[in-house]
Amino acid sequence: MSISFDPTPSFAQCLLGPTDEHHELDEYQTGVPRWCNGCGDNGILSAMQRLCRDYDLSPERTVFVSGIGCSSRLPHYMKTYGFHGLHGRALPIAEGIKMSRPDLPVFVSTGDGDCLSIGAGHWMHAIRYNMDMTVLLHDNSIYGLTKKQVSPTSPIGTKSNTTPKGSYLEAFNPLQTALGIEGVSFIAQMVDWVPEMLYDILQAAYRHRGFSFVRIIQRCPEFMPGFFDPYMNDPERIQLLTHPNGLTPSGNMSKVYRNQLVHDPSNLDRAREIASSADPIPVGILYQNPDVPRLEVIRGAGRVRTPETVQQGLDSELDKFTIWPDTEPALVEA
Amino acid sequence: MSELLTNGAATAARDNVLDLEPLTGDRVKKRVTVVDEQIVEIVSDSGEGAQRCGQALAALAARSGRGIWTVEIIPAEIQPPARSIAGGSGNRVRMGSHPITNGGDEADLAVAFNEQVLLGREREGELKPGCRILLESMWRTDRNPAISSQYLQTYDELVAKGYNVIEVPMEAECRKLVSDPRRGKNMFVLGILCNIYTLDLVLAREQVALTFGKKDQRVIDTNIRLLEAGWSWAEANVDFQFEIPTMRLTEPQVVFNGNIAIALGVLASGMEICAMYPITPATSASHYLSEIFEKTGGIVHQAEDEIAAATFAIGASYAGKCAVTITSGPGYSLKQEALGLAVMAEIPLVVVNVQRGGPSTGQPTKPEQGDLMTSIFGSHGDAPKVVIAASTIEDCFYSVITARKIAETFNCVVVVLSDGSLATAQQPFPRPTFSEDWLAPPIDQSPVPTGTGAYDWDGTTGLMRRFIPGQPGGMHTLTGLAHDRASKVAYDPASNEAGLRNRSLKMAALQKTLRCPDVHGDPDGDLLVVGWGSTRGAIEEAVDGLRADGKRVSSLHLRFLNPMPSGIGDIMKRFKKVISVESNWSDSLDDELIDEENRRYSALAMLLRAKYLVDIDCWTEVRSRPIKPGVVRAALSAALEKLS
Repeated sequence: MSISFDPTPSFAQCLLGPTDEHHELDEYQTGVPRWCNGCGDNGILSAMQRLCRDYDLSPERTVFVSGIGCSSRLPHYMKTYGFHGLHGRALPIAEGIKMSRPDLPVFVSTGDGDCLSIGAGHWMHAIRYNMDMTVLLHDNSIYGLTKKQVSPTSPIGTKSNTTPKGSYLEAFNPLQTALGIEGVSFIAQMVDWVPEMLYDILQAAYRHRGFSFVRIIQRCPEFMPGFFDPYMNDPERIQLLTHPNGLTPSGNMSKVYRNQLVHDPSNLDRAREIASSADPIPVGILYQNPDVPRLEVIRGAGRVRTPETVQQGLDSELDKFTIWPDTEPALVEA
Repeated sequence: MSELLTNGAATAARDNVLDLEPLTGDRVKKRVTVVDEQIVEIVSDSGEGAQRCGQALAALAARSGRGIWTVEIIPAEIQPPARSIAGGSGNRVRMGSHPITNGGDEADLAVAFNEQVLLGREREGELKPGCRILLESMWRTDRNPAISSQYLQTYDELVAKGYNVIEVPMEAECRKLVSDPRRGKNMFVLGILCNIYTLDLVLAREQVALTFGKKDQRVIDTNIRLLEAGWSWAEANVDFQFEIPTMRLTEPQVVFNGNIAIALGVLASGMEICAMYPITPATSASHYLSEIFEKTGGIVHQAEDEIAAATFAIGASYAGKCAVTITSGPGYSLKQEALGLAVMAEIPLVVVNVQRGGPSTGQPTKPEQGDLMTSIFGSHGDAPKVVIAASTIEDCFYSVITARKIAETFNCVVVVLSDGSLATAQQPFPRPTFSEDWLAPPIDQSPVPTGTGAYDWDGTTGLMRRFIPGQPGGMHTLTGLAHDRASKVAYDPASNEAGLRNRSLKMAALQKTLRCPDVHGDPDGDLLVVGWGSTRGAIEEAVDGLRADGKRVSSLHLRFLNPMPSGIGDIMKRFKKVISVESNWSDSLDDELIDEENRRYSALAMLLRAKYLVDIDCWTEVRSRPIKPGVVRAALSAALEKLS
């Protein structure tokens, strides 16, 4: 199974060019992840390391940004540059990095609390800005690091330390919201327990030029044990969105996941309908539009900043405000 | 904004001027008085152009060799009700035969487009006894009896109080030239003021052309005719004139307000990214920067909120380009957590806080110096930051350049404090000459030797070499968690302590490079006044006045508030008493409940008391306006009396 690319194999592509790099998996690995056994974050990390290797991303030219929470530990386990920031603020930090250095690939790991609650305002605007970055929403429907509080994506009735009788509100659907924002360019959804398809979606997200938002439904065995078991045990409750321009499942995958829907990712209206489903869980690329303008391109075009341009800019401004000594005071005759 | 105060573009403007012939016409017999300085206020309803008139007058005065300082009179609302006491909008212009450092005390002459806005100024105590008032007279015969009686009542009240009220048929005179006099009165008034203050009409015509430079020629011509009509009206009807002697300029000067100075400082510092969110009174700096920055490769990013502005700037700085975020008090509060992150992760960052009245929404358009403590101690935990305060318009410019250099050298947060009174005040200062030294040197991006930690703190200075993304061998994950020298999350006591120690040591390393400011006045005496920020001009004028009366008073103005330079303690010891003068809250011992135990001191007084164990007194005022030199002088006189 693969995402449909446009590979035109030739012998030239078999050779490293003078500036090409080759990297092994261990060049991206560092430390021992401190996530719980069975935590979905482990699989996301492995997929990201694999992606970096397969695309030969230079570790020193790659930046992983995160907020606060279990998910946001991810940069610590990548041997690249990383920025483990503030709760909810991963996106504006990543935007600053991208605006400053549009040449660097930027990845963001954020959780459901981080992205959809405390950082929700930034998230909406980040979608509008459409800056080129790959954003992984590790959505386990619970606050993990602070020990089990209800999150925006917890289903109604979720018992947590702040909702001992069960939560009161219907779960927030981030896909529907994201697909309603002007400027949206890439929205996908995947589950953490199918590594093959997760990897394919992350590849597509990475290859998309713009703000690629991937909601990864992620298990939390500690605080939501068994919560996704019904979906894991019954593949019919996972719906594959397939399309030549989207996910093209392999034969093996198609044998397991027979609930399939052909969906053209360019169809925004259809994407919104599909996004409204929580059961079955639609997985694949819901929406992709490669032509949405990117803020860092709009703002960064043709920028040149040298001491000379600074001096010229300053002097021409100061000229407007200058009183020169040769402007002789000439008093009107009284 | 750039059209306000310029003669650099005067040559071009001159070509747009109708004719340069002197005006002829009736002339009333005049009494000409030579004066050292004058304070003029021009007030109107919002949108009637009094501000533009004041700015043009100030420009003319500056261009013809007078010292000036302007104070904007701004209502809090965009369109307050017409003819209301609180709705006055305009400008105060203080002009002198010497450099002017503040807005001064009460006005010598006021021009008002209606009697209500004038009444607002009068009730605020902004008019000198006997002040000359040029008052639009159209309201006297207004068809609405409520308005005409309001006018008559106010007129009588003003005359009874001894003001010299001169009624001017502004509307009627302007109607002779334009169909909508409401849009032309301001230039008519400028013409009157040119006549009264014997300002060069040729320069004035140029100034009008500059003021309306972006409009078409007909607009310029019409306004020049209005200017000339005002001049001629005064020539025929006003029986007094003032002459303020001129200074001879020896070097080029620039004239603009504090927010323009900050924007130009950002440009000149070589910073490339400014992330901001709209907030009064800081925003006009970003407006102007937006206009000029892109031409030199810079970007102003209007973020979705204050927190995003701060974190966007932090991201940009982290990636190698020291960034700035510009805000005011409420925005500063929102940024506090992000500033703590920048401190913890040692990311250079410049934060400009143009202070306003607080707390909460407070007084958005009014100046106050209320944010010193939050700037120094804000954010949770121990988050040492550098805090500097601009005390003049010139300072606003250079402080940003200095801030960027410090931020990059010490990998720290530098807060630049300005306030609402500097933001909109204009004052000439020597034209800056660009130096490449202003720009920070490029970051060393050579490969990082194996085994070098991201936080290899120097044991003496706490400084370390910063690695930025793209730099080979420097990969690390920066974190707001406590971390060790390799930037690894570290919960052990020793690592936590080491981080705190090194971040604190950097402040000491910077402090060792600071020079103690000079004392204004004698190095010893009875009373030392300490201050910071925009109050400098008023304090020094008050001190000079008292010294001229033989009083042994000096003052010390601090630019670096954190860390403070060495030597301040020694200076304070040479005076019998030290008092701080600030525009923030302090309790008064005159209040029944207040005693030495519970008195809340002003910010600087509290800092200096804690630091130097000196019994420093304070005098403060929070009256929503720049502190006046006369008021400071009175307070200092009272303090001196208590000494003897």
